[in-house]
Amino acid sequence: MFIRTLLVLGLAGLLFGCSNEQVKEEEPVAVEDLGSGAGTGDSGAQAYSSESSSTSGFDALDDPQSPLSIRIIYFEYNSNEISSEYRSAIEAHAAYLSRNPSTSVTLEGHADERGSREYNLALGESRALAVKQQMLILGASSSQIRLVSYGEERPAVDGHDESSWQQNRRVEILY
Amino acid sequence: MKSLFKLLFCSCLLLSLNAHAVLDIKITQGIEQSLPIAIVPFGWSQAGSVAPIDLTSIISGDLQRSGRFNVMEEKDLPQRPTEYDNINFGDWRKLGMENIVIGKLELTDAGTYDVSFRLIDVYRGKQIAGFRIPAKPDLLRRVAHQISDIIFEKLTGMPGAFDTRVAYITVNKVKDKKIHSLQIADADGHNAQILLESPEPLLSPSWAPDGKKIAYVSFEGKNSAIYVQNVLTGQRERVSAFEGINSSPDWSPDGTRLAMTLSKDGNTEIYILNLNDKSLKRITQHGGIDTEPNWSPSGQKLAFTSDRSGGPQIYEVSVNGGQPKRISFEGKYNARPEYSPDGKFITLVHAVSGSYRIAILDLSNSSITVLTDARLDESPSFAPNGGMIIYATTGVRGGQLAAVSTDGSIHQRLGLQQGDVREPAWGPFLK
Repeated sequence: MFIRTLLVLGLAGLLFGCSNEQVKEEEPVAVEDLGSGAGTGDSGAQAYSSESSSTSGFDALDDPQSPLSIRIIYFEYNSNEISSEYRSAIEAHAAYLSRNPSTSVTLEGHADERGSREYNLALGESRALAVKQQMLILGASSSQIRLVSYGEERPAVDGHDESSWQQNRRVEILY
Repeated sequence: MKSLFKLLFCSCLLLSLNAHAVLDIKITQGIEQSLPIAIVPFGWSQAGSVAPIDLTSIISGDLQRSGRFNVMEEKDLPQRPTEYDNINFGDWRKLGMENIVIGKLELTDAGTYDVSFRLIDVYRGKQIAGFRIPAKPDLLRRVAHQISDIIFEKLTGMPGAFDTRVAYITVNKVKDKKIHSLQIADADGHNAQILLESPEPLLSPSWAPDGKKIAYVSFEGKNSAIYVQNVLTGQRERVSAFEGINSSPDWSPDGTRLAMTLSKDGNTEIYILNLNDKSLKRITQHGGIDTEPNWSPSGQKLAFTSDRSGGPQIYEVSVNGGQPKRISFEGKYNARPEYSPDGKFITLVHAVSGSYRIAILDLSNSSITVLTDARLDESPSFAPNGGMIIYATTGVRGGQLAAVSTDGSIHQRLGLQQGDVREPAWGPFLK
């Protein structure tokens, strides 16, 4: 789909006087999958499904009163320490995973924008890892938990102040 | 035939996008004792027709932006010689002008060009340098930068880095969706070209030492993975896609290996991937964060960021592994190390009372000197001559690039007309 859009753009480029003479040998040329990366073989990606937990009519995950409804854990600056206020939520998620061994979850780690991007990628990972380790101690199994870190690349809130930053230092629990 | 069409179509697509992606460079602070120089407009052999390129303005722009030269305005030139014999030295001396550049552009019978120029010391009445450079039409811009490099080196003693390129990441919002693109441009911001576009984050571009390939991190597979892309052909290869983080690729000086950060064995550690046989060697062993490896110019050591002491600090480790040695001690936050080309300094991100700034660590005495003064500066990268550091900063319109001389005296801003620009990587000298 994306490829097709590019093709149309490319033809438009041709129509608007983009002639062969302009094609320099030195010109870097984009790969045909410019963009989505479909077809480059995402074999490293694991199959996990967001639907696997909602096959029956009602599920504890859908209960707004349950500690399972807490899906975001926030962190202090430059820290991967989990505040005690999240203990019941993490316990509930671990117990849920333990009761539903076919269910899997992705823990998505994030950081605020301050400091180095690559370091923040590692920081997001260490936050997700901290949540995973608690869940494992509390009964979940390692094969049920996938970690991914986006560092500062996917802020929940765009903004350059502490109120934005505190919403961005987080681990999202995604079923 | 099909691939030829693809080639043409891709190039055209890129060209059509290029028009919107010029980096505009402004010097915001120069040194006080900049060298006066006059660049006399180059002659052109086909009088009556327009020259294919304005060499004079490219060279003047290069030198002026460097902050080390004060280029005479064209209207103030006392005369416009294009031959050595026509120079009236007295006219220039009267104005206190020390150096002038004259030259001409000639069309050859073969349809290519000859560019000749002379750099002249007015006071001694002597030629400092003189070259004739044959060029194909599409290489004229590079020739202008090469002339700037020669002038810069002759007058400052330091090789010029005008004939080089930078890679960077841009982010544009289109209908609430972010488009990330990996781009390269000439060091003066011209010839911006998109190498890759993705709806998912792209980061950490790193040039191969020959300038022909770039390694980077892409999240296109819903997780970080490291790719190596040929700048010339666009051909790309995914070289690392383990579970967990695959990040911070950095080329060995001989181009055969990539240092990188992986978390496949539990938490983030530094590894070296041999690109020939794909063998992987683990370098660090620690429960904390280890990331951002950067190869020393000698090829013997890696500098990296670790929080093993509590907060991020810089360490060095042998490429054969072993015990890392802490090398940064000032402040609570030091990250993203990159060695200077001579290996004597490291540029890094240093936090000062809640602001993140570009600083330089002197490896001879561990002192840290802060070079910038904004709140959110990051991703410093040395020019291959070691004279300037390009970095990312956050301005009112979002991410911008900036550059600072390694002594902190010269500051430049490099702006895009739209969108965020970040993660600059200054490429090597072009061969």
